[in-house]
Amino acid sequence: MSFYGLIWRLLPGPTALKAVEAAVLALVVVAVLFVWVFPAVAPYMPFNDTTVGQ
Amino acid sequence: MRFVRGVAGLLGELLVTVGVVLLLFVGWQLWWTDVVSDTDAAQVVDALQADFDSPDWVQPKHVKLGDAFAIVRIPLFGSTFARPLYEGTTRDILQRGIGHYIDTAMPGEVGNLAMAGHRTTYGKPFNRIATLEKGDVVLVETKSTWYVYRVSGHEIVPPTQVSVLLPVPNQPDAEPTEAVLTMTSCHPEFSARERFVVHATLDASYPHDQGVPADVLEVS
Repeated sequence: MSFYGLIWRLLPGPTALKAVEAAVLALVVVAVLFVWVFPAVAPYMPFNDTTVGQ
Repeated sequence: MRFVRGVAGLLGELLVTVGVVLLLFVGWQLWWTDVVSDTDAAQVVDALQADFDSPDWVQPKHVKLGDAFAIVRIPLFGSTFARPLYEGTTRDILQRGIGHYIDTAMPGEVGNLAMAGHRTTYGKPFNRIATLEKGDVVLVETKSTWYVYRVSGHEIVPPTQVSVLLPVPNQPDAEPTEAVLTMTSCHPEFSARERFVVHATLDASYPHDQGVPADVLEVS
């Protein structure tokens, strides 16, 4: 049982192609995190307040 | 036995994944937000300068929330340090530059020109706010004028102390007679426990065409 092993087996093509596909997949995940997930989470972090107010 | 090993393997993959995502978040927060904000701020400053030079552009008296209307320069932070001053201090605005507290004085006006900026992350315009000392220059550039404010002092206050924004800072009933400037940022760095506040007083102003005398920009 291995999640990443399963992905690796499902990727088509010879090993070299699989490696490229895996890299592209990883980049897509990072992009989704950077563009949507992290900006949505950041306001809940306790270190970004600079204003005075109630 | 094989089942236990399989579950342990999956759990291991999950933990490693969580760890990598957390590291990515730190990298995003500490590095990528600076890249995005710095690029954006530089473009907005360029656009504002083009506006200042354009005869068709009028300095707004009442700025719309979220609009940039002035450029803040602090020679101590570097000769190229220039950040847009936006109307308002919402989270989205502060992620793009320095925010002007609504209903506080405008540049050069008698009263308190109050502004907030990030000390860490999102371009961190006020990263070195704690290095400002009495007499250091904070320049506010508008279409018509260069306003030269000089630092008068600093204080560290709880986040609820809104009196630092008053026309005469911390004096609720006083009638303002001079133009002052107040900067707020978080304190300590990477914390939101307190606020670092710097006060400055208008020292001189110069017509925009004339520019600022070189000695004003010098850092001692």
